[in-house]
Amino acid sequence: MIEAREITKIYKLGDDEVHALDGVSLKINDGEMVAIMGPSGSGKSTLMAILGCLDTPTSGEYLVDDQPAAGLKENQLASLRAHKIGFVFQQFNLLPRTSALENVMLPLTYDGTKIKDRIARAEEALETVGLKDRMKHHPNQLSGGQQQRVAIARALVNDPALLLADEPTGNLDSKTGAEIMALFQELHTTKHQTVVYVTHDSFVARHTERIIHLMDGKVVRDEINKNPIKAGTPRPDDLLANGNGKNGAEVHQ
Amino acid sequence: MSILNNIRIALRALKANKLRSSLTVLGIVIGVAAVVALLSIGKGATSGITSQVQGMGTNLVVISSSRFFRPGAEATSVSLLYSDYQAIVSEVKNIASSTPYFESNETVAASTRSSNYTIIGVTPSYEKVTLQTIDLGRFITSEDGLTLKRVAVIGSTVSSDLFQGLNPIGRTIKINNVDFEIVGVLTSKGTSGFMSGDSDVLIPLETGYSKIFGARARSNGKNVLSGISISAADANSVNSVVSESETVLRSQHNLGLKDTLPFSVSSQAQMLSSLSSITATMTALLGAIAGISLLVGGIGIMNITLVSVTERTREIGLRKAVGAPRKAILFQFLVETVTLSLIGGVLGIAFGSAIAGVVSFLGLITAVITWDVLILAFTFSALIGLFFGIYPAWQASKLSPIEALRYE
Repeated sequence: MIEAREITKIYKLGDDEVHALDGVSLKINDGEMVAIMGPSGSGKSTLMAILGCLDTPTSGEYLVDDQPAAGLKENQLASLRAHKIGFVFQQFNLLPRTSALENVMLPLTYDGTKIKDRIARAEEALETVGLKDRMKHHPNQLSGGQQQRVAIARALVNDPALLLADEPTGNLDSKTGAEIMALFQELHTTKHQTVVYVTHDSFVARHTERIIHLMDGKVVRDEINKNPIKAGTPRPDDLLANGNGKNGAEVHQ
Repeated sequence: MSILNNIRIALRALKANKLRSSLTVLGIVIGVAAVVALLSIGKGATSGITSQVQGMGTNLVVISSSRFFRPGAEATSVSLLYSDYQAIVSEVKNIASSTPYFESNETVAASTRSSNYTIIGVTPSYEKVTLQTIDLGRFITSEDGLTLKRVAVIGSTVSSDLFQGLNPIGRTIKINNVDFEIVGVLTSKGTSGFMSGDSDVLIPLETGYSKIFGARARSNGKNVLSGISISAADANSVNSVVSESETVLRSQHNLGLKDTLPFSVSSQAQMLSSLSSITATMTALLGAIAGISLLVGGIGIMNITLVSVTERTREIGLRKAVGAPRKAILFQFLVETVTLSLIGGVLGIAFGSAIAGVVSFLGLITAVITWDVLILAFTFSALIGLFFGIYPAWQASKLSPIEALRYE
């Protein structure tokens, strides 16, 4: 379970202050699958970084599994990231010239896992994402979708309480994107993995049971989606016509 | 977070980036090898020159018409004459033995080969005064001079150049197209370069005056000398031999006490002290070259580091994002650079020593490799490697993971 209370994040650009987050409060329970949706500049990536303990809020409180994370020191944050959080990036961020297996093992080298257990757990995570036969491949030998699966395996390998993804389908074509959504849905239903992802695309967002709408650094709507789209369903034409939903064509900020 | 674990992380990162790792090592190798090779060769040259002067004997006094041992002295038209030698021998006390000589560069030919060598016209006492020994055959005798015999004693380098290992005794060489019979070969002094005698061809002084040196060796109808080497009776009399020789030379050339003596009269000790300024300059020069090599090597390392800083910053961001504490990041980079510096340092020392070895083997200069040079070279490049390896990582590890990942 994670809970954010009145989180603000202020960036200084020269003399100007930019309020990227302006008092965001939200609570996500274990086993939920949630999309955080908002247009470019709504603060969703900033929120994601704070939820993933990659950045700290200017003010407000943030609890991960009832542990306060807002005022923590760098090392304590690193420990939280190592044990509680799996993060998936839009750009995959795999180590180049390093095999899929070693990429997935990376978080285990920092969380105290014994060396002999690392390979087994990394293999298991790669099997979960359907890439057991590509373990020895380097990122440049894998397609975009496969690279994102490796990144998801890396996020899952430390059994995180929370799987966070920042525009996970943003750099993928719609078919590969659907495969990634299917993988998230499967993790959610079969393993009760808590999944939170950010998207600007309402079609992608509607694959979840709950959609939190963000605008100008504030939560404007917290919506229950009773009929989540099943991954692989073709994108309806009316959504394609919507200027906001052009197949992930938006450039990441 | 165990140390072993961190070392594994670092070695894995080095292995994953073989090109970057080897280019960094190359930078260190260049710096270390250049410093080791240059300083060793420089030290070898310096000690070679010094030991050759020492090899001339502690009691040696050299009177020379050349300016070599008197840097800054003006060229002179006054010649050192054979009669000066005769006057010194008869008037100066405590001379054990002495030898006048005249030297000039001439073409020497044997069958198909020809080359330029220093031809020195000498007297029999040259052997003893300049501490030469005969390897094959005999030295020049006084009879050779009196009968103007065309005989020659050659240095070991001349022998191997012209005869390629054949016994040269009894063979004929042409010096300026005049036939000379080889009667002896000098023992090599083992060191090359200045004053070793290995590249000299010795002929009787009288034969030289009449057949080879010609007008260059004559001044107003008198025979001219390049120099006179004197062996003082003992070390204590060296200074008196120097001053008495100067007095004789002044009176021979009608010079007052205030006139500048147009010759140098120096003992071995004086030559060594003159040489020390030359060798100091040489060492400084080589040190400067070595410094430039280190700089070049350092820039090589810096370039690789700077080129990869974007990728590495993102790597640091990623490692932090998956839970690496800052300490682990810094330790990883420390181990990486220490490893590269060690490999580069060892390879550089090996490579530099090999260069020095080849130079010694070729007989150019006997390089002297000493610990202080190795330690200096290694420490410098290790420090440069460490600085340029760790500083960017230190900067990057201060960023939040999200900033580091977005670094461009």
